[in-house]
Amino acid sequence: MIPLLHTLYFGAFLFTIGLLIILIKKNLVMMLIGLELMLNAANVNLVAFNQMYPTSINGQMFALFIIVVAVCETAVGLAIVLHVYKLHNTSVPEEISELKG
Amino acid sequence: MKFVEILYYFFMLSAAVSAASILFIENLFRAVLLLLIVLLSIAGIYVMSFAEFLAVTQILIYAGGVVVIILFGIMLTSKTSGIAMKVKNTNIFSAALLGCLLMYLLITLLTKDFSDAETNSVDFNSVRETGIKLMTSHLLAFEVAAILLLVTLIGAAVISSGNKNSMARK
Repeated sequence: MIPLLHTLYFGAFLFTIGLLIILIKKNLVMMLIGLELMLNAANVNLVAFNQMYPTSINGQMFALFIIVVAVCETAVGLAIVLHVYKLHNTSVPEEISELKG
Repeated sequence: MKFVEILYYFFMLSAAVSAASILFIENLFRAVLLLLIVLLSIAGIYVMSFAEFLAVTQILIYAGGVVVIILFGIMLTSKTSGIAMKVKNTNIFSAALLGCLLMYLLITLLTKDFSDAETNSVDFNSVRETGIKLMTSHLLAFEVAAILLLVTLIGAAVISSGNKNSMARK
């Protein structure tokens, strides 16, 4: 079908975009969005490599468990973000600087 | 080029363009909607790669669960002063430099000689194989994932329960 390399390039691009979102945006929820993008990029890579050996679906199983773990982490992360917002009344991570020397 | 390949490239293009426009958009709500487009395009890519169970799981869980929960988080952590939710940027130059370097590193690592993808036989059912694998060889991971989900459920409920004497203070 499609050359494997193109899907890998696409996965690398999504990963870089997710990383840039975490670095650039000044909002806690936006960082979680970037994190979801990075995890999805890893999943795309796994499924692309799984296509090389279609009968052993280890890539898809691994991707399934990555989805489960990502969902759990997002849920707990958002609960923590809500608490931080209630405490500091801001969702910009640079203004949360209680521990700053 | 066959139609299947055009569809594949279309899904990849739509995911890439939506992901890149999350960077340049200011409104937080629209960024989440662009993330929804990315997740649905990735589900389309999974369908093209003979991973139907994963595609349906992606749509159910990510597009139906994670986007909703992120929207909850946005609505509950935005100041209700009437202004649209704007997100500012910081460290643009350093982040862009880092992004370019990371892309270069990943591309140089990736340009090796991978053999191309094999085509599937028609009677390979990925849903059935997933079910069999979940119950036989990946049983431990399945059970551990169930325990992880239980722990997450309890933990998120406890964290968001708002006990007066636990974490919040005036």
